[in-house]
Amino acid sequence: MTAPAVANAALDEIAVALPSQEPARATRDSRPLRLITCGSVDDGKSTLIGRLLWDTKAVKEDQAASLQRDSSGKQNDLGLPDFALLLDGLQAEREQGITIDVAYRYFSTDKRSFIVADTPGHEQYTRNMATGASTADLAVLLVDARVGLLEQTRRHATIATLMGIRQFVLAVNKIDLTNYDRSRFEQISHEFRELALSLGVRQVTAIPVSALKGENVVYDGRASMPWYEGPTLIEVLELATTRSAQTVGFRLPVQRVSRPGESFRGYQGTVAGGSVKPGDSVVILPSGMVANVTKIVTFDLVRNAAVAGDAITLVLDRQVDVSRGDMIAAIDSQPMTGLAFDAHIVALQPEGIQPGKRYWLKSGSRRQRVQVQPISQLELKSGKWNHADELPMNAIGKVHLTFDEQAIFDTYEQNRTTGAFILIDPDTNNTVAGGMINARRATIGGIHAEEHRVIMSLPADLADQLMATEIFASRREDVDIRRVNAAKAIEAIDAIDE
Amino acid sequence: MPHTHPETELHNPQSTRPPLDPHLKALENEAIHIFREVAAEFERPVMLYSIGKDSSVLLHLARKAFYPGRVPFPLLHVDTGWKFREMIAFRDEIVEKYDLDLVVHTNPRGAVENVTPFTHGSALYTDIMKTEALRQALDAGQYDAAFGGARRDEEASRAKERIYSFRTPDHRWDPRNQRPELWNLYNGMIRRGESVRAFPLSNWTEVDIWRYIQAEEIPIVPLYFAEKRPIVERDGMMILAEDPRLELLPGETKREEVIRFRTLGCFPLTGAIRSSATTLDDIISELETATVSERQGRAIDRDQAGSMEKKKREGYF
Repeated sequence: MTAPAVANAALDEIAVALPSQEPARATRDSRPLRLITCGSVDDGKSTLIGRLLWDTKAVKEDQAASLQRDSSGKQNDLGLPDFALLLDGLQAEREQGITIDVAYRYFSTDKRSFIVADTPGHEQYTRNMATGASTADLAVLLVDARVGLLEQTRRHATIATLMGIRQFVLAVNKIDLTNYDRSRFEQISHEFRELALSLGVRQVTAIPVSALKGENVVYDGRASMPWYEGPTLIEVLELATTRSAQTVGFRLPVQRVSRPGESFRGYQGTVAGGSVKPGDSVVILPSGMVANVTKIVTFDLVRNAAVAGDAITLVLDRQVDVSRGDMIAAIDSQPMTGLAFDAHIVALQPEGIQPGKRYWLKSGSRRQRVQVQPISQLELKSGKWNHADELPMNAIGKVHLTFDEQAIFDTYEQNRTTGAFILIDPDTNNTVAGGMINARRATIGGIHAEEHRVIMSLPADLADQLMATEIFASRREDVDIRRVNAAKAIEAIDAIDE
Repeated sequence: MPHTHPETELHNPQSTRPPLDPHLKALENEAIHIFREVAAEFERPVMLYSIGKDSSVLLHLARKAFYPGRVPFPLLHVDTGWKFREMIAFRDEIVEKYDLDLVVHTNPRGAVENVTPFTHGSALYTDIMKTEALRQALDAGQYDAAFGGARRDEEASRAKERIYSFRTPDHRWDPRNQRPELWNLYNGMIRRGESVRAFPLSNWTEVDIWRYIQAEEIPIVPLYFAEKRPIVERDGMMILAEDPRLELLPGETKREEVIRFRTLGCFPLTGAIRSSATTLDDIISELETATVSERQGRAIDRDQAGSMEKKKREGYF
């Protein structure tokens, strides 16, 4: 693992290293980097991960021995076992020589630890690729150097982008089978750069790789490819950044109410954005009630603060009606609520997404009924969104979601947790789609609601009184009430007086 | 007097441990989230408790998830009757100490047909005393969700497990047709009779488990620490020779060795390792330089290629 030399000019043209808002950390990040590998069948994904595990010494002696045994003579000409067998742990996978389901593997170098999701290349198993992509920080896209980009490459790059992945490594694999043809590598990298740019991806590194021979994976391939002076795969992974922080305020989807006795009532959940501390004013959605945080309870500590990712129990200063599925949020940075939203979805099951059918939608801890109306489907070859009335399996589509009762969301761009959802078919109970919220639907009841919206900041009691009057009852949809507590409202009024 | 961490005000004055490192903290948060989600969405959850180190971590996380309340579901121990003595003693101590509900189930066929690892062979014995027993116990309790301490880093088919693993009414796992599992949005919708196995430790590795046990001072069975113990060598494994039911075969002799266990199951099927690790620090540094995997000491994994998958498909935990 030698340090990469300064990339040469030709490579500068290929690697799209747009300025990143999250500079690579030089020091060790103790959180593991989560990555997926994707690409089409036979691009050699399992071999690549097997090589990563082998060369980082993650394969133990007994595992290597059983690998040698299972390979039963299928050793390659380098005297190494069939790496794919390390990953394809299911009988059917071994029989068919393909990856069916995502496998999670753990390995580390001196600098960092990694969780890699090896996801299937078959279009039929796109759902499992989406499963792996939803939690990944970085995607390694494999293409066979002899074949170049395929529709599957486009599909995977698109799904990964929709799922919020912003760092890509293009591994141009089997480069040894092209006699280390530099122009071939440059041509594929160029094509991929065009695709990446059209998807708005800001970080792409292209690497010529032979997973089988272990060139430019963990060890450099300079002996065969003196023309390539860029980083090896592992060097890119070591320097990649983990997912960025959320950009919205405090969010706590309530998982359960803890009432171990009369004297204690706490709301349990994982902070999905922002931070909270005792004394903060919060709003409970969808009711709109307001309260103040008195305590943050965890097993061994009463904490002075909690941040995104923390699993906590929150105690409020007054009796309010809070139940599972509600969201406790910062009063001055609330999520959107509404009866209709637009979203991107990926259809994951053979039956696709049927127009007008009522599904269950789960987001955070909230599960509610939703009607899904397809708008358009992405045509992978052209990158165009074409009108669509229904979405077949593996389709990437835009949809309208219409709810029976208030839904609570952020955009996926703003918050990966409160902006994401799954759709469950009530007939089969299967997860049929993964979705990401774009925005509140622009039109409600034929009116361009956004243009007519009134925003009012009022003390909670007063807001509730006002909304109960006849005048407002008929215009609820047009008014955004920001409920603030009385003290804050008075402060605000005093500030104006001064 | 040392100053307390500025971010925290100590609730329990004995808890002066330094804060967890961010990696372990993230794993802990994820596990607590899963515990709460299952407890909220299912009617009759149960936690499978096998008394090993992973179970000990799982239990600790369950206590954290529901604090200040009690753990709101029972622990289920499928007792084959062939566990290490020290495991059973440890189990009873823990249940009492933490005020837990414990259900113990042993397959009645074991006594009637005198099923032992010696008479039936490891594969059939495991099938009857573990898989079949587990299915009996889950049916008897009408449990619709069962927590387990399985980790994806243990074995190739476990690497394929979802966090919520769907099971048919006859407890079958269909690895080819698992529900997609995106983000941390788990689909807990099932029909009557179906169930879910939930794995809060999916993303933990063996080293994570040990580092967490150390950081959180979690009690574990003493067999994990090296000590001079009587052993007998059989099928290339060092078996603990304490239980009077272990009969020496011709040519076998008992001898004392300084050993410990890296994993705990039924004593006749679990091989010890030579080790001088008497502290958690020793164990962790031993692991970091280990050249063999954790499960090499488990006979049941080696019955045939893909044997764990086969067992799991049939309902094995």
